Amino acid sequence: MSALTTSPLSRLRRKPAAKERIREPFRDRVFLVVVTIMLVVILGLVLLPLIYIVANSFSSASAVSAGRVTFWPIDFSLRAYEVALSNPQILRGYYNSLIYAVCGTLISVTLTVAIAYPLSRKRFFGRNVLMTALIFTMLFSGGLIPTYMVVQDLGMLNTRWALLIPNAVGVWQVIIARTFFANIPEDLHEAAMLDGASELRYLRSVVLPLSKPLLAVLALMYVIFQWNTYFDALVYLKDQDLFPLQIVLRNVLILNQRNVGVADVAQQLQQQQLANVLKYALIVVSSLPVLIIYPFVARHFTKGVMVGAVKG
Amino acid sequence: MEITTRPPGSQVRPAERPVGSGRSRNAFARYFHSHWTEARRSWRLHWQLYLLVIVPVAYFVIFKYIPISNAVIAFKDYNVIKGVWGSDWVGFKNFELFFSNPVFGTLLKNTFILAFYLVLASFPIPIILAIALNEIRNGLFKRTVQLLTYAPYFISTVVAVSMTILILSPRLGIVNDAIGLFGIPAIDFLGDPDYFRHIYVWSDVWQTTGYSAVIYMAALAGIDPALHEAAKIDGASRWQRIRNVDLPGIMPTAVIILVLGVGNMMAIGFEKAFLLQNDLNLAQSEIIATYVYKTGLVNADFSMATAVGLFNSVVNLCLLLFVNFAAKRITGKGLWG
Repeated sequence: MSALTTSPLSRLRRKPAAKERIREPFRDRVFLVVVTIMLVVILGLVLLPLIYIVANSFSSASAVSAGRVTFWPIDFSLRAYEVALSNPQILRGYYNSLIYAVCGTLISVTLTVAIAYPLSRKRFFGRNVLMTALIFTMLFSGGLIPTYMVVQDLGMLNTRWALLIPNAVGVWQVIIARTFFANIPEDLHEAAMLDGASELRYLRSVVLPLSKPLLAVLALMYVIFQWNTYFDALVYLKDQDLFPLQIVLRNVLILNQRNVGVADVAQQLQQQQLANVLKYALIVVSSLPVLIIYPFVARHFTKGVMVGAVKG
Repeated sequence: MEITTRPPGSQVRPAERPVGSGRSRNAFARYFHSHWTEARRSWRLHWQLYLLVIVPVAYFVIFKYIPISNAVIAFKDYNVIKGVWGSDWVGFKNFELFFSNPVFGTLLKNTFILAFYLVLASFPIPIILAIALNEIRNGLFKRTVQLLTYAPYFISTVVAVSMTILILSPRLGIVNDAIGLFGIPAIDFLGDPDYFRHIYVWSDVWQTTGYSAVIYMAALAGIDPALHEAAKIDGASRWQRIRNVDLPGIMPTAVIILVLGVGNMMAIGFEKAFLLQNDLNLAQSEIIATYVYKTGLVNADFSMATAVGLFNSVVNLCLLLFVNFAAKRITGKGLWG
């Protein structure tokens, strides 16, 4: 419990009491100014590429194609967004990615809890063997082709299952969950047993209600994984209708696939220009869901990382 | 509750224990017996827990352990009709073919240099960021910087690579605009193999620095404030406190991060290298992971691709064990306590 709720991070935000504040020596104040400038520079380096992309996405097609946009939109236009959000391929990708994210996360969280909770019980015979077996899969894997063969044999190729099941449980996430469960006071378990609760009843009525922060962390990790990954789809899927957003993005953004079938040169030029600005708009549109939720959940995410790091 | 249950192994009272030759056999019997009792007891109490783990365990067996056993096709001439176990053994032929292939040297070199460069470049910068943030007293500024530098971590590889390509584009990209101001002609960064590693590594640093800094921030917060107070009273400057209190304080964390980094070197991401790859920069961008993908799934040479992948896994495992051993010797602390 306490590992998540009172993480070391909460101590970071503690302010010193007023009387502790003594005027610092000159060299320290100079040092602090240097540090602040350095942080501003780092912040700039991180943000400028993002600002550049956003500025381009809101500019007119001709301004983007002439390379005139830097960090502020030129000839403000939403045309690229209109095109992006009315493209059936992209909408389909969005829809598929939503399915994968929601279903994948449900499956993953359920399985993770199902193995992490027994592993957290000290009297669970075989827990050490099981844990070692799990950690071994982190260190050594059969590789791409042997895994592909299993997926093929199960008939999962070119089905939605191929993206939901083969990477369903992360060992790292199991470790995080196990650590969390192990920190729930043992007294609760004893009390529940005395009241005649079974292990499953205890898990359902006591452990899970206490584990909301953990479930949030796990769900978040799996959602982001499902939303951002493209490798499994690249390997296992052939059917365009099943492609998640990331594969659609790869086709449009990196492989430059367009439906060119236009004879008119002027129209072609216009389409070429639109294709340029469309890329920027697509980047924004596809990253937006994750970037909107992350400030609210970053703290939980951080805690999850910490628990893993402590035990890792 | 189970009040009547005796502690395991207590059935044999010390006085009855035979002395001499029978002792070791008896110790074994007792060991076995106690475990057996323990298992039976655990089953009676926890059968529901065993029910719970069935599905996840099946998952691990099917998707993690069967692939490991499937990897025997690295030593076979895999034939779809004959299956994994029916195919003919060829011993180390696939490995010999791979090692004698001229591409082997290039692949190994590309993978190693890229991975090593990545580990070296992405190690110190999060530490610098975390220490700098730790010095700042202004809560709002600190939180803002932390949150915003964290953001790129949540961007997908496809999007990050597309951004890189757009920004570095020779005709429209802003980087070429900027160097154009100094009269330098436009550079086709992605078309030149010599730039590939820098692009790969620094775009990765851009994505992960904020995330990695979080771990160091926590380590810094865990340092005993009394050490800082004592240093202050002794007249240490901020810089001196960083060098003599903060850095030693986060050293154990840093070592673990470095060990993990080096240990996972060979598992370097397929996703990004594959996306940044094009025909022009292939000379340096072809790494083992992308080669496995092309051999196995594009050319459908399952045995060869598995052999190459297995080689990579084994090298990676050896590296991890070696680095962990070294870290244990040097700092007395490894990954496993």
